[in-house]
Amino acid sequence: MSLLVEVARSISAIGVLRMWQRNWTIFKKIFWLATAPTFIEPFIYLLSLGIGLGLFVREIEGLSYIQFLAPGLLASTAMFGSSFETTYDSYVRMRYERTYDAVLATPLSIEDVIGGEILWGTTRGYLNALVFLAVITVFGLVESPAALLLIPLLLIFSLLFAVIGMIFTALVANIALFNYYFTLFITPLFLFSGIFFPVDALPIWAQRLAWFTPLYHVVVVCRGLVLGRLSLDILISTVWVSAIALTLFLVPIVLMRRRLIK
Amino acid sequence: MGRAIDEDVVLAKNLTKQYDGLTAVNSINFGVRWGEIFGFLGPNGAGKTTTIRMIYGMSPPTSGGLTVLGLDVRRNIRAIKKRIGVVPQETNLDTELSVLENLEVYANYFGIPRRIARERAMELLNFIYLADRASTMVDALSGGMKRRLLLARALLNNPELLILDEPTTGLDPQARHLIWDKLRSLRDQRVTLLITTHYMEEASQLCDRLVIMDDGRIITEGSPSELIDKHVSREALEIRVAPELTQKALDVLIPESESYEAQDENLVFFAPLADKLLRTAEEAGLKIEYVLLRRSTLEDVFLKLTGRRLRD
Repeated sequence: MSLLVEVARSISAIGVLRMWQRNWTIFKKIFWLATAPTFIEPFIYLLSLGIGLGLFVREIEGLSYIQFLAPGLLASTAMFGSSFETTYDSYVRMRYERTYDAVLATPLSIEDVIGGEILWGTTRGYLNALVFLAVITVFGLVESPAALLLIPLLLIFSLLFAVIGMIFTALVANIALFNYYFTLFITPLFLFSGIFFPVDALPIWAQRLAWFTPLYHVVVVCRGLVLGRLSLDILISTVWVSAIALTLFLVPIVLMRRRLIK
Repeated sequence: MGRAIDEDVVLAKNLTKQYDGLTAVNSINFGVRWGEIFGFLGPNGAGKTTTIRMIYGMSPPTSGGLTVLGLDVRRNIRAIKKRIGVVPQETNLDTELSVLENLEVYANYFGIPRRIARERAMELLNFIYLADRASTMVDALSGGMKRRLLLARALLNNPELLILDEPTTGLDPQARHLIWDKLRSLRDQRVTLLITTHYMEEASQLCDRLVIMDDGRIITEGSPSELIDKHVSREALEIRVAPELTQKALDVLIPESESYEAQDENLVFFAPLADKLLRTAEEAGLKIEYVLLRRSTLEDVFLKLTGRRLRD
């Protein structure tokens, strides 16, 4: 508890912003190199599965397969963008480039550094998702102006995955262990959260389990708003994601303080 | 009243650091005065780096007092870090950025406005002879240039105290002398410098005062020449004799010496005037295979106090 008070006292908005600016400066410089693959990847899925597999799938919930798939991939795009940034990229900065050591010798605190890293991971997921949203809009896959609500909401969705990724980063001893994170956590989420097929197709226990996982809720909100099928579920899922993101926000910061300041 | 605190840039009282049941720094006391170059000398694992990590807040003290610029590290670390500069042991520049961009990004952590940051950065690049490399990517710099850039980076905020952790480890002699030159000129500009090193030559060339640490403790403190006078003596007679004559050499010379030590296969005797020792040896008819008369060095002090055991 006293550690939490300590953490809350040592974080400053301006410090978080300055760490974010550092990453933004470098990102701007190597923009295309850094982002081209992450922007392109969801479209590869959309084209191969939406069009290719779509030929064999008649329709799901009254939609063509590509219509069903597109909002799901919007959700996973936010997840992947944020997750890679706060796992591999943050770990490389911490461990190999020793960026955190450099910054911690300045007025910034460890809380500022990790806060800035989480905010930056959020930004990466958010940017990727926005680009994807814009493109599917152009392709006519967005049915409702309710999708505009996603412009702020995707920020929270990206934040959630940035935070979860940073928790793992604070705990791993070795960069190779991120394979476990992606193979045992991110990939199952990607495959079983209702992106490729409705979760009702799963056994009942798996459906219940899905409710406790983050991507499921993000998919519910994205699909509901993109297709204009408004329901109470959208609100519940939005609250679920926001509550978890805000609750967990300080966890990686506390863990990183323990790891680095000793 | 309170003068002692006002006059010390860094003041440690019974400062102790333990982690994982190990005592890395064991109740040390020292004070760094304004405008001096103060050195921490010691073998690997002596506690030098832990001590300076405590000074810039990377490692909270377990017990004891530590103030920097009159401020308590436990309560005012952000204010302290605004006014100090740190040159780390390991290079941690932003490899994706150019020399000038590295400085600009770093200046932003201190909230230095962009235009002022650029001016200050160019000034510092001139100071360390890297102005013509401003747009070079740091990956393309030599080891010595990277170290100089780290020095410039640590000076962006006009620090009152500059902390350097082994500033010349791994550099060639030219690069090392250039760094020493720059550090002396910073002292002339009234910047207080605190360095750690395990190079005796660096310590004797640079430090006004230093402490020698071993096993987490400070074992002695003073200026290089004070330490030599105190622990050995000003001059040294280094001789080698046949093994069967060793005892005779000791019997003859030890009574005339202030201090004695075996270094490698040589016997080293310390005295204010070493040629007097040599004459004594010759008068006793000692057959000497190798002889060297020299001034005593900090290395003599260091080896005498810390022994010859390997540390890692």
